[in-house]
Amino acid sequence: MVKHLLKRDRHPGDLVFAACFLLLSLFLLSRLGHETSWVGGTAWYAQPMLWPALSLAGMTVFALLNVCGAVVSDRREGRGREMLLWCRSIEYACWFMLYVWIVPLMGYLPTTVIFAASLALRTGYRDRTTISAAVLVGIAIVVVFKGVLEVKIPAGQVYEHLPGGLRNFMIQYM
Amino acid sequence: MELLASSIAILYRWDVAAALLAGSIGGVVIGAIPGVGAAVAIAILLPATFSMDPIVGLTVLLGVYGSSMYGGAIPAVLINTPGTAVNALTTYDGYPMAKRDSPRRALSLAYSASFFGGIFSVVCLVLLSQVLALIAPHFGSREIFLAALLGLVLVVLAHRGRIVSAGMMACLGIFIHTIGLEPVRYTRRYTFDQSWLVSGIDLIVVVLGLFALSQAFLLLVEPDTRARVDRVSGGIFQGLRELLKFKRVATVSSSFGVSMGMIPGVGEFTAQFLSYTYAQKTSRTPERFGKGSPEGLIASEAANNAVPGAAMIPLLALGIPGEALTAMMLSVFYVHNVIPGPQLFANQLDFVVALYIALLLLNIIVLVFLMFSTNGILRIIRIPSRFLGVMILTLGFVGVYSLRNSITDCALAAGFGIFGLILKRLDLPIVPIILGMVLGGIMEVKLRSAMARVQTPLDFIERPVSAIIFTMIVLVIGWHIASTARARRIRSRGD
Repeated sequence: MVKHLLKRDRHPGDLVFAACFLLLSLFLLSRLGHETSWVGGTAWYAQPMLWPALSLAGMTVFALLNVCGAVVSDRREGRGREMLLWCRSIEYACWFMLYVWIVPLMGYLPTTVIFAASLALRTGYRDRTTISAAVLVGIAIVVVFKGVLEVKIPAGQVYEHLPGGLRNFMIQYM
Repeated sequence: MELLASSIAILYRWDVAAALLAGSIGGVVIGAIPGVGAAVAIAILLPATFSMDPIVGLTVLLGVYGSSMYGGAIPAVLINTPGTAVNALTTYDGYPMAKRDSPRRALSLAYSASFFGGIFSVVCLVLLSQVLALIAPHFGSREIFLAALLGLVLVVLAHRGRIVSAGMMACLGIFIHTIGLEPVRYTRRYTFDQSWLVSGIDLIVVVLGLFALSQAFLLLVEPDTRARVDRVSGGIFQGLRELLKFKRVATVSSSFGVSMGMIPGVGEFTAQFLSYTYAQKTSRTPERFGKGSPEGLIASEAANNAVPGAAMIPLLALGIPGEALTAMMLSVFYVHNVIPGPQLFANQLDFVVALYIALLLLNIIVLVFLMFSTNGILRIIRIPSRFLGVMILTLGFVGVYSLRNSITDCALAAGFGIFGLILKRLDLPIVPIILGMVLGGIMEVKLRSAMARVQTPLDFIERPVSAIIFTMIVLVIGWHIASTARARRIRSRGD
């Protein structure tokens, strides 16, 4: 009966994720006493510990059921391939972080144009049309968000070396 | 009449008109691109709207939200791939109709049904606003706590077949909300002595990571795909005439959309499923469903387009978002110190009605835009998937970094992006995390203030509204257990 209730469509990598999530929940639950506090003279419903305790208890119970569900469900091949795909996303997260670090140095416009074109090259596009489109997309994003919508993105340090009028324009709009 | 004039005055500004145009047209275009969707667009645009007036910012977001499903019907009909997830049922009849008759007829009918659903929901909401203004003051802390709890229960139970993982994600969302400095006693919660965790994890960082960055990573790591679509020829107006032949299906489907949209956590999928089933059961030609039935197409599109307007009800009346998109909009309200809830209906009804009028106008703008520019949108559908990934990642930076120029936020968003990619690959639900974060925060605050005013836990449900909501929670859970047991019995008999 329990097996029927827990059985589900199991994707490759499901059990690995379920086990990691359970371990994380147990670790966080084990830190409850250290990472939250019980304040004396305060009612239970106002305790700082209440909501972390409730949520972590819920997480652990559901994570345990999820592991059981993964174990009783039919396995599908391709776990290694799937986990490799997860890991490949780390490369693009690194690209993103590199972009984040360079913007305050080189400025939003140059960094965005270079980032979009390089990433297009990295993802396999070699033709001039697509690379030009990536450059245009980069320029359009900067013009719309920084120039028109005036979102808060700091000016690049290299802008300081530009001549007077251009420097002010670049700092304000690009 | 005075209320209407005051609401129109709020909208009668060039920046609101520009926001309406940009939001509605942008929403159609975004909705038409498979793999992007309104959630990604709203997540990216969210920080940019913080510097705008509340009505301008909300109009842009409402525009994207309300019009993306119109755009989502285009690839659903032409290439059998829904532009947004909620257009999935549209493929059942839209694509066969486009193949058998003509793409023009299928698209025209889809646009007309969407328009009908959108307008129907706005009319219902304008009529309901006065009633809500009367009911809303009866919602105190305990009623809002119970309504948030009901929302959370419904969100979890709505994920049929994935309830355990939905519960897991909802609890994770509540936990993420608790990280940082606790607001009353100022004690630290799960900061691991890291100063960057003291201020907590911002909802927008999580939203951008889970929706925008995860989608970018997914498009970048998966094989490149490019849709092939042919031009659509002929006029698009005849669908409005054809819709009139099926006005019963359109009206009932829109009603399902409105009623399901108002219930937190239920939304488009249930509305579509109910209206499609209803249309099939009451049709004279049920055998044509799934093979290009106009009624099936109308049922799907009218129902999903009636939801956005209705989903604003729990958000505006109680401050409780029913799904991820309205949860994102809630942050726009908070940034501008406009607190949605009973007081909003009591004190700023003209603002609420202005939002409804904006919804009405955006439906008209979208219909006119689509009548003349469908072929232009087809070019956008042809954008290769990896190139889309490059665009979303570049745009994702604006969303996260412009929030408070924090590299830590960006690193966190990238982490949530990888986590979101894994969830999407495993077909695990993401929305409960966002709703857990928002509703968990509401429940913590409201439980604290409500319990201070009651003597025993039973006093919590002594008032009529709280008693009704509590009964609903019990009934929903009871009904779910009964239906699961019934399904299990049927399955074991089948085995």
